[in-house]
Amino acid sequence: MSAVDTGARSGHAPSRLASGKVAPTPPKRAKATPRHKRASITLGILMTLMLLYCLVPLWWLVVNSTKAMDSLYNSFAFWFSGEFSLFQNIVDTFTYQDGIFLRWLGNTLVYVVIGAGGATLLATLAGYGLAKYNFPGRKWVFAIILGAMAIPGSALAVPQFLLFSGLGLTNTPWSVIIPSMVSAFGLYLVWVYAREAIPDELLEAARLDGAGEIRIFFVIALRQLAPALITVLMFTVVATWNNYFLPLIMLSDSAWYPLPVGLAQWSAQSSAIGGQAIPNLVITGSLLTVIPISAAFLYLQRYWQSGLTAGSVK
Amino acid sequence: MTVAHVHPQQPAGVSTETYATVAVGRTASTGAAGGRRRRVRRDWSGWWFVGPFMLVFGLVFVAPLVYAMYLSFFRETLMGGNSFVGLENYAQALVDPKFWEAMGRVSIFLLVQVPIMLGLALFAALALDSARLRWVPFYRLSIFLPYAVPGVVAVMIWGYMYGSQFGLVADLNRFFGVELPSPLSENLILLSIGNIVTWEFVGYNMLIFFSALKAVPQELYEAAEIDGAGTFRTIFSIKLPSIRGALVIATIFSVIGSFQLFNEPSILQTIAPNSITTYFTPNLYAFNLSFAGSQFNYAAAIAIVSGVITMVVAYLVQLAGEKKEKA
Repeated sequence: MSAVDTGARSGHAPSRLASGKVAPTPPKRAKATPRHKRASITLGILMTLMLLYCLVPLWWLVVNSTKAMDSLYNSFAFWFSGEFSLFQNIVDTFTYQDGIFLRWLGNTLVYVVIGAGGATLLATLAGYGLAKYNFPGRKWVFAIILGAMAIPGSALAVPQFLLFSGLGLTNTPWSVIIPSMVSAFGLYLVWVYAREAIPDELLEAARLDGAGEIRIFFVIALRQLAPALITVLMFTVVATWNNYFLPLIMLSDSAWYPLPVGLAQWSAQSSAIGGQAIPNLVITGSLLTVIPISAAFLYLQRYWQSGLTAGSVK
Repeated sequence: MTVAHVHPQQPAGVSTETYATVAVGRTASTGAAGGRRRRVRRDWSGWWFVGPFMLVFGLVFVAPLVYAMYLSFFRETLMGGNSFVGLENYAQALVDPKFWEAMGRVSIFLLVQVPIMLGLALFAALALDSARLRWVPFYRLSIFLPYAVPGVVAVMIWGYMYGSQFGLVADLNRFFGVELPSPLSENLILLSIGNIVTWEFVGYNMLIFFSALKAVPQELYEAAEIDGAGTFRTIFSIKLPSIRGALVIATIFSVIGSFQLFNEPSILQTIAPNSITTYFTPNLYAFNLSFAGSQFNYAAAIAIVSGVITMVVAYLVQLAGEKKEKA
């Protein structure tokens, strides 16, 4: 009846994304020997077109962040021109409006560390708890989480704002951090993963040795859950760093903005009539926002890949 | 029990899609693993682990949901203060031309953008999987990279490129000495937004499909080869049926993403104020009703109605996916 079942019945685990460990069809077996055939030129050309489509806007961003204001307006948009002003632009970005960009960067880091870190921790704990414990109310926990998941986020944004406003939390970092700390998907991932990756025998043995439940989790289970944990971390970090809608609603004081909301404000100011046009700062600021998250993303996805094919528990 | 399993609470379309990837990765093992699960003793200690999550979940998810329903039954009166109006807000929403115009717009978007994006993603995934392409990791990472770009930045980059001052369109105009229609004009804005969304998520969907393809057992290909099946025959008879689950889930998440469209029009609005109305999408409408118009009660009703419609459509997609499977 569910999307999940649909996947299950088709009988093939698209398991690469999450973990090779728990999938019924380990990717290892799927294509251990790559079937190399003659490279197709047509395919190469088509894929290169797609690659260009994906990379050209980023190229545009890099090129234009090196331009001074006048070359921005008066030169070919996809190649360098005029004085190389990247460093001047960076300095200007960080010093504009008393260095508010740095403040936004700091805010974003705090939201990511606490929000995404918290989301990963809570999801890991809960996923493990659901997978390995039978406790009163377990079925209810499932029902509530699954039921609430079906509601699109848009239905919740406004009430979330009103509720947080009632609690006096709007326009504080907590209004951004607390909602970021729930990753239902993360819970789902860890739950499915933990069921298979952590043998019950291991937990029983630890209990017989007199270890407490919390200690068992941190000393034994956490290590087994590492690949799932990194996957959750990667997605929550990207989601929190890029979060726009939630902070836009919750925050009114620009001193609490994360980078995306701040940049959008600069951009709006640029295009408003009578506003100071600062497209060079918006562009350079965008580049500075993209670089850390892309780097983190590429770095984490490496682990994610290797975590998938790592040795099997079974 | 619907797509519910994996749908996150994140409000923006971006995040919604975020959550699909791994969900897809997990789908098959859920069912397969179910039978072998062994239950440990039953006591309260599991709450040590589930409790913290449930606490935060209740605060940011359950409580606002209940509150939204509550709000939707009331209305601000002229005298000040709230009065209970029953289903009046819903009745109003159902005949609100602005709401339906917004719904119509995202429906068109859904019917045009989603097939194009998923088609491109599927093509790319099949190409990566074909063994007839070199530098697969390079292509895979590069096409996936836009996914990590914040939605706001993506919209601003494309917004500048669309613009007549310093972008692609400006250069084309200058170079050919023509006056191309502006992508930000009223007629083309939806197309332009579709292009941005495609750019952001094509690589992500490609990865979902590619991972699913990776899990197709090698033996199937060998068998097909012995039977003399060609490339296209293999694609249509083996690859596509094998990744049906991934196709269905990607479609469902794109459907939800389309109905929740907010970031792109909301940011483009500053550079194309004449093309994007305050009720351009249902989400934008609800947002503007609450924060520009202070009509919180009506906004809650709008949000709930659009939420219900989204769920119904997502469910229909799922049913369609299952039906095909049985046939």
